[in-house]
Amino acid sequence: MSVGTNRPHRRLLTSMAAVFAAGAFVVGCTSNEPEEEENAPAAETGGDGGGNSNDEPGETVVIGFSGPEADHGWLAAVNDSAIAEAENYDDIELRTAEGTNDASLQISQIETFINEGVDAIVLLPTDGAQLTEVATRAMEAGIPVVNVDREFSTPFAARTTILGDNYGMGVSAGTYACQLIEEHGIADPVIAEIAGIDSLPLTQDRSQGFEDALAACDQTVDNRVAAEFTVESGEEQAANLLQAAPQIDIIWNHDDDQGVGVKQAFDNAGRDEFFFIGGAGSSNAMQWIQDGEMEATILYPPTQAADGIRLARLLAQNKGMSDLVQVEVPRRIVLNAPVVNADNVEDYLHLGFES
Amino acid sequence: MSEQTPAAPPTTTPPADEHRRIEAAAAAEGETQSRFVRFMTSPFGRNLGLIVALLVLCAVGAATAGDRFVSTDNMLTVLRFSAVIGVVSIGMTFVIIGGGIDLSVGAIVALASVWATTLATQTMAEDTHWLIMVFVACAVGVGCGLVNGVLVAYGGMAPFIATLAMFAAARGLAEIISEKRTQIVDVRGLVDVINGEFIGIPVLIWIFAIVGAIGWVLLNRTTFGRRTIAVGGNATAARLAGIAVKRHTVLLYVVLGLACGIAAIMLTARTGTGSATHGGLYELDAIAAVVIGGTLLTGGRGTIVGTIIGVLIFTTLTNVFTLNNLDSSTQAVAKGAIIVVAVLLQQRVAVRGSDST
Repeated sequence: MSVGTNRPHRRLLTSMAAVFAAGAFVVGCTSNEPEEEENAPAAETGGDGGGNSNDEPGETVVIGFSGPEADHGWLAAVNDSAIAEAENYDDIELRTAEGTNDASLQISQIETFINEGVDAIVLLPTDGAQLTEVATRAMEAGIPVVNVDREFSTPFAARTTILGDNYGMGVSAGTYACQLIEEHGIADPVIAEIAGIDSLPLTQDRSQGFEDALAACDQTVDNRVAAEFTVESGEEQAANLLQAAPQIDIIWNHDDDQGVGVKQAFDNAGRDEFFFIGGAGSSNAMQWIQDGEMEATILYPPTQAADGIRLARLLAQNKGMSDLVQVEVPRRIVLNAPVVNADNVEDYLHLGFES
Repeated sequence: MSEQTPAAPPTTTPPADEHRRIEAAAAAEGETQSRFVRFMTSPFGRNLGLIVALLVLCAVGAATAGDRFVSTDNMLTVLRFSAVIGVVSIGMTFVIIGGGIDLSVGAIVALASVWATTLATQTMAEDTHWLIMVFVACAVGVGCGLVNGVLVAYGGMAPFIATLAMFAAARGLAEIISEKRTQIVDVRGLVDVINGEFIGIPVLIWIFAIVGAIGWVLLNRTTFGRRTIAVGGNATAARLAGIAVKRHTVLLYVVLGLACGIAAIMLTARTGTGSATHGGLYELDAIAAVVIGGTLLTGGRGTIVGTIIGVLIFTTLTNVFTLNNLDSSTQAVAKGAIIVVAVLLQQRVAVRGSDST
């Protein structure tokens, strides 16, 4: 009997101790992290921004930021630059809920922001369509939503949308490929494409742009594979591609993060007979361009969410963009997607991000 | 074990006798159990530690995030977030208690959501009623569950392997049907009702509650539930007690398939889309919730209430982390720690149980 009554307590004690440990873990993180980060240098993204009147401190605004899991360098750079940008402004209190590829979880994060009554939300959705419902609800609750990079399925879900030009990226890559074909007089060229995650509209847009630009010089994509923006998937798909096509003239790889794996597959197979064009503009890619191992990369700015933070601040403070005559923040901003090659790589080095 | 079973097989015994015979068969195994283990395996004892854990987590939330955590809106947000994975986990509880495992739940959710949102289905739903979409999702879930169950029970495949095959195939099929695109729901009725509210409480939470209640009754108050526990505890004894073990195993996977179908329609309404990417890693989340809820992975023991609290512990943890501006990596570490602690505790209970006599 005594044995029997004693044990429930001990079990309870152990389980409580375990939970307290987990709790202490949470609390520990709460108390430490912000202080460490406050002292971090925030200059990197050039936040002083030319000293226009919009940068003068206004009323303090609370901005909620949610983005996908930083499972590759470009997304990590997006998240980091957004947080760094917010730290440049004393009048921004940033709530971050970054880091998920689960749409359902991201929806609950946005619901939390709505509950808290933040002044603006910057949202880079895991999938634009899947986050449209909750973004619309935020807008209906009077919270302006800045939609970054992956677009919602209705215009009612965002006050302002800021996008890289995915279609334009494809066009830049395709046009550049056409130039190469003409300059080097390649007859009957074999053109290959290594896309990113096929289910994302951004990938579909890039591929469409590439196809359309190639059509302008009567070319088509001969071999196409799709990776998942990760090094591992890039290596795997590129290796398959090389098997499928014994001779290639031009390869466009959508993303420089998966490009690390793609390049590895090229090296493993000892293949370099083609012009290798990348996408996004990582530090690695720029290094390869400088070393002559890569022909070019198409820039896709990783500072979009940082721009989103600035716009959200302006929206929450009822300011406009000082370089425009109109007093309101625009509905839609599409960033340019230039070609970076050996001629101009120096100018873009500061935008390169680590894979 | 079975040689000491007092209720050896006269298969002609009337079914009314079944309960007693199962208990007798279980008692043969349970002879070694102490009173302590019996207390801890009673519903109250088993869930007490979990409730304490959840309360502590809530206390941490209230202490660190204050009113932002304890507000009604925030509680509803946590519950809404729990609802989809909760329904899957309740189904998973049955399969695991029955001695199986299902790695394909996330893929089934994806396939059901895609199938329910194809142009053809949506056109049909617009012509008739959005319930067509609910029916399609549930039918797809049941169909997948049936295949899993038949492969395991009659094909003699290990549950791990059979459902691993479904894990790959169902998501692949979902990708083929959706052409890897996200399918937007144009049937507003579905989104408005299921993602809406009923008497001030989100419908998603109602569904979670109703599925939970049905699951509890099914496990604790019906022959089906008793048979599930018997099959998972000792399949041989269950067979000797006159239970059609194979048929019952199929039914368990069908129940889980149905739960996946329901979860798929909930997720479809919540996101306003059907997509082959839905339900990513749900199998691991569901198994984790079931296991910390006190269900033995070897089968034969488990509770619905434990599973629900298990789900709530994980979602509350996520919520507390979000409210405190903490990143998901730290959260993943905390989640891992909680799983390890919960399972270690369970093992200690099991070991002490067999030591004590």
